[in-house]
Amino acid sequence: MAGKTVLEVSGLTLDFATRRGTLRALDGVSFSIARGEVLGVVGESGAGKSLTGTAIIGLVERPGRITGGEIRLNGQRIDNLPPKEMRAIRGRKIGMIFQDPLTSLNPVFRIGDQLIETLQEHLPLSKSEARQRAIELLTEVGIPAPEKRIDGYPHEFSGGMRQRVVIALALAAGPDLIVADEPTTALDVSVQAQIITLLKRLCRTRGTSVMLITHDMGVIAETADRVAVMYAGRIVEIGPVAEVIRHPRHPYARGLMGAIPALDTRVKRLTQISGSMPRLDAIPKGCAFQPRCMIAIPRCATDRPELVQAGASRAACWLAGLEAEVTA
Amino acid sequence: MSEPILEISNLRRLFDVSKPWLERVITREPRQLLTAVDEVSFSINKGETFALVGESGSGKSTVAKMVVGLLQPSGGTVRFAGVPEGERPRPGMVQMIFQDPYASLNPRWRVADIIAEPMIVTGARADAASRANRVAELLTLVGLSPRDGDKYPHQFSGGQRQRIAIARALSSEPEFIVCDEPTSALDVSVQAQILNLMRELQERLGLTTLFISHNLAVVRHMAHRIGVMYLGRLVEVQESDALFLAPKHPYTRLLIDAVPNLAEIGRDRVPVQGEVPSPINPPAGCTFHPRCPVAMPICSRERPVFREDAACHALTPQASAAE
Repeated sequence: MAGKTVLEVSGLTLDFATRRGTLRALDGVSFSIARGEVLGVVGESGAGKSLTGTAIIGLVERPGRITGGEIRLNGQRIDNLPPKEMRAIRGRKIGMIFQDPLTSLNPVFRIGDQLIETLQEHLPLSKSEARQRAIELLTEVGIPAPEKRIDGYPHEFSGGMRQRVVIALALAAGPDLIVADEPTTALDVSVQAQIITLLKRLCRTRGTSVMLITHDMGVIAETADRVAVMYAGRIVEIGPVAEVIRHPRHPYARGLMGAIPALDTRVKRLTQISGSMPRLDAIPKGCAFQPRCMIAIPRCATDRPELVQAGASRAACWLAGLEAEVTA
Repeated sequence: MSEPILEISNLRRLFDVSKPWLERVITREPRQLLTAVDEVSFSINKGETFALVGESGSGKSTVAKMVVGLLQPSGGTVRFAGVPEGERPRPGMVQMIFQDPYASLNPRWRVADIIAEPMIVTGARADAASRANRVAELLTLVGLSPRDGDKYPHQFSGGQRQRIAIARALSSEPEFIVCDEPTSALDVSVQAQILNLMRELQERLGLTTLFISHNLAVVRHMAHRIGVMYLGRLVEVQESDALFLAPKHPYTRLLIDAVPNLAEIGRDRVPVQGEVPSPINPPAGCTFHPRCPVAMPICSRERPVFREDAACHALTPQASAAE
């Protein structure tokens, strides 16, 4: 698993210029994804998880702008590429899966034509070869009777089947990395289980890396190898999935795990984190989580903690660092 | 404890989903009716939280709307204890909390007016001073400050708005509250705050609640008894603990098994195939039989009868023996 690094993000900073000044939506986000690895990215709305994904595929819209840091794919810097070159990478090297399959498929084209277009854009295939390849892809993602269904329109497919088509599209050109932004959120649980299983199986057999963005910790637990927890535009904890779920080091991650109602046990009260995530124009100095933190120390209000080793994970908390030093 | 406050029997609701008249005449298509709720019966006892779970299109929200009277049933009855048959309960006795706190609060009204409105409608508190007192009390009860009454909804976060919606629901002193996906629009940490608050209030005020959700874990946390719906029908009703320990209906088992679980890291599973069919043309017999792992020939012919706590042929000894 610890093969070569496919994606390397370092110090990624993204600002939105507004009339009321600059809002910093991502603040020094750094992580990497190895070949064949699934990195889960969790966080609540506004934490910056989708924005990180958008930045990687080069689709940040104005007034948003990457103002610092680097994104490297297979060692090549991609965050400053001209749009034309980025277009060649998007789809070919990085595949995308979005939340709502209805908006990522064009409703007026047959799904076969959409697949063939993507295949021919990136690979040197003739029309009939591309069609053959498209049928193989549909078979692979579990669409029954693909020879017939390939001429169907998106509206003729159910939600789960549509998301399968989107996965086929994302995998079409054999990318190294797939950015999946809430791929199962719009689906019912039983269909969600099918899609997760499919995505896992395909990426495992092809060795594709995945950045899985979701708010659902359960989905992460089943799918990801490592997980990054985001809060207010920063990564507050990153580590192996079992470690982050069972022994979260950052107080926010700890609160988040306790806040999720479990299926197998019934507790009297869920752990609750008081307040809510700060708005972008009111992110506190120091640690952004400090006003909601139960164990904050004076230093938290003034100095911003960086990610430090804490057990097998890394956490951005002054106390997590101390704990590690003490145990070391 | 065990006296029923709400009794629902053979509740049905049809929706007309036909094409426009002219198109029907030209294409010679018949009228099309969608059965959203099909012969659903259950009762809720005083002080109890009863939950309905199911996937999209199962009819759970339609049941909720019929209970509060926002939709008329096409058949069957909704009866509240102490209310004569065929009549609706007194205004304010049944209240509802909706999913989206951004849509359910009037953006042009001050919070205090939003919360006071049910008292004015029901005439519970006639003079403005006592209403203002009660509003302050309610705001404190849901964890906001009495001063927040002067603000407008847009000044609050999603979780705080849901608190306002709860305060409004409580202001008419209801006996029965219907919550339709009250935390689905909220983030987990805020969801935990609202669920804790609702459970606390439920215990303190002895409220009876019908709780609608697609999230099994939330339902498990909140409800005493749970009803599972599939394609407009109630397939199983059990005490919360029993349902999760020993689900009887194969669909309930599927549903519980499909929920990604924090405790099972990296689990590889064999997911159930197929999706919920269209409610316009539901499968014959038991609507779940095309996806059911234990389906028998009888399942595609006859509709299973709801016996004790589930509706499934595999659970009735005669049917199993006959096959």
